[in-house]
Amino acid sequence: MKTNDVIFQTVAKVVFFMIIFFAVRIFFAGHYYPGGGFVGGLLTSGAIVLLLLAFDLKTVKKILPVDYKWLISLGLLFATGTAAGSVLFNVPFFTHAYDYFQLPLFGKTSLHTAMLFDLGVYLVVIGVTMTIIQTIGESE
Amino acid sequence: MINLPILPILIPLVAAIILIFLAKSIYAQRIVSVIASIATIISSIMIMAKVKSDGIQTVDMGSWPAPFGITLVSDMLSVLLVLTASVITLCVILYSFRSIGNGRERFYYYPIVQFLLLGVNGSFTTGDIFNLFVFFEIMLMSSYVLIVIGGTKIQLRESIKYILVNVISSAIFVMAVGFLYSVTGSLNMAHISARISEIGSEPIITVLAVLFLIVFGLKGAIFPLYFWLPGSYSAPPAPILALFGSLLTKVGIYAILRTYTLFFYHDQPFTHDILSLLALLTIVAGVIGALAYRDVKQILIYNIIIAVGVLLFGIATMTDESLAGTVFYLIHDMIIKAALFLLGGIIIYIAGTSNLNKMGGLILQYPALGWTFLLASFALAGIPPLSGFTGKLLIVRSGFAEGEYVGAIVVLLSSLAVLYSVVNLFMGAFWKTTETPLPDVKKRTGSLFIPVVVLVLLSVLYGVGTEFVYPYVMHAVDVLIHPEIYIDAVLKE
Repeated sequence: MKTNDVIFQTVAKVVFFMIIFFAVRIFFAGHYYPGGGFVGGLLTSGAIVLLLLAFDLKTVKKILPVDYKWLISLGLLFATGTAAGSVLFNVPFFTHAYDYFQLPLFGKTSLHTAMLFDLGVYLVVIGVTMTIIQTIGESE
Repeated sequence: MINLPILPILIPLVAAIILIFLAKSIYAQRIVSVIASIATIISSIMIMAKVKSDGIQTVDMGSWPAPFGITLVSDMLSVLLVLTASVITLCVILYSFRSIGNGRERFYYYPIVQFLLLGVNGSFTTGDIFNLFVFFEIMLMSSYVLIVIGGTKIQLRESIKYILVNVISSAIFVMAVGFLYSVTGSLNMAHISARISEIGSEPIITVLAVLFLIVFGLKGAIFPLYFWLPGSYSAPPAPILALFGSLLTKVGIYAILRTYTLFFYHDQPFTHDILSLLALLTIVAGVIGALAYRDVKQILIYNIIIAVGVLLFGIATMTDESLAGTVFYLIHDMIIKAALFLLGGIIIYIAGTSNLNKMGGLILQYPALGWTFLLASFALAGIPPLSGFTGKLLIVRSGFAEGEYVGAIVVLLSSLAVLYSVVNLFMGAFWKTTETPLPDVKKRTGSLFIPVVVLVLLSVLYGVGTEFVYPYVMHAVDVLIHPEIYIDAVLKE
């Protein structure tokens, strides 16, 4: 049976980007407010799953030619690297650094190494979720 | 370098991440695995030297001071075990090159082994009870992958049992940690110890002690919680079995040793008597299994259970002599079990079966293998001057000194049973003549044999060099007997 999903596909193309931007918003909010890498990662993979539903596995692979297992280890690398950076400065493992910077457009902004760690979490969450969903999807 | 204790955890982690990137190239994976394992060994030797000269090393993660943050604590006991685990992992990786098969190598075998080492080293090093749970989980998840990787029928069947048992025991673990937190208001192990000694021997502490015994007993395979072990461990191939048999159960034993000397030493007539009783029942159950089977894997697996019983009896006796014996025997058992399982793997590879009744006469074609196996068997049984002797001697002697005659005699008799079971194995596989003539073509076993020889050699040196090892072990026992040393080192009072 061939289903007509023109509306779904058209909406998905727009909503995909809305979810992604919201995910980024949540990701950066995580520093002081609820949110962060984990939720941001889940939202992002939610967006990709939406594409999967609207189109199919092959099309999505063409749009996002990423090996998600690779993404897991990239995320782990970020997280571990942030934590291990403290080894170079001879302070206890996992010690973070932060400071306030005057940036153009943003104004006074605090930059924190915890963000890099969170980026690692974000990537790992996307990688794991998508690997699981792809593996289940492929077997059908 | 204040981050020294983290290195044996960090190096396997980084190695595992790099190995995932290298999934396509098996040769690169092998090289990185070996380099990382050697680096882990070197870093643990450095920590050992540091601990020997400067006492217990601690790292407060993220610069949050103890007891608020997570603290990693390297005392002599943990660093000795970390070193042993790292050496065994290196040997197993070398052994895997020829035996594990391309399929498994391509499906993330090497990264998972590094993750397993990360979990094991972390469990030995952490000074935070909830963090111990986390490292246990890392170790267990890696072991789930290792038990199912390859996907043969028996592996799939046994992995379901294995995962079910471990998920339940992990759930109990979290509950027990929660109870402990509600009683003491802390998760830092040193802080908990200090708080418990203020409370004294309240009944609730004893309940917690039993709860933790159930958790660690399930992981460490003590009677009657060992039921899952013989089946699950017989499923994976030899190198994975060697990792499981020499590392996983020992982490459970380490956790019992740590908690029963640091937390639950106030109500010894109750808790340590239970421990002693369970130890003896574990030995008996293990002996029955080891003598009953005619299968290479099963005989060796039941020998794990016997060793668990002996170690537990050493902990239960709780004198400095018996604890020294326990530490001695723990390290000995890790090395020799790994060696024996790898040897068993070679035997199965040559004979093509693990059934003792269907093999024999291997000594004619593989004399070196045969005599190495016999040497390892003698070491396992504890024949002087090999490595099992010192540990057992100390455990038995302290048992007699404390008036635990039944226990000490059971431990002694268990050595006889161990000797009988492994010599039986030797006779069956190597000595007796077979009806069917052996194939003329000799299978090449050289590259499999070398890591095993290294392990057996280490075990022999460990036995002969007892004099050299003794100060290190006594250093470890000192902390176990005097929890104040541990508490002071962590809380820096």
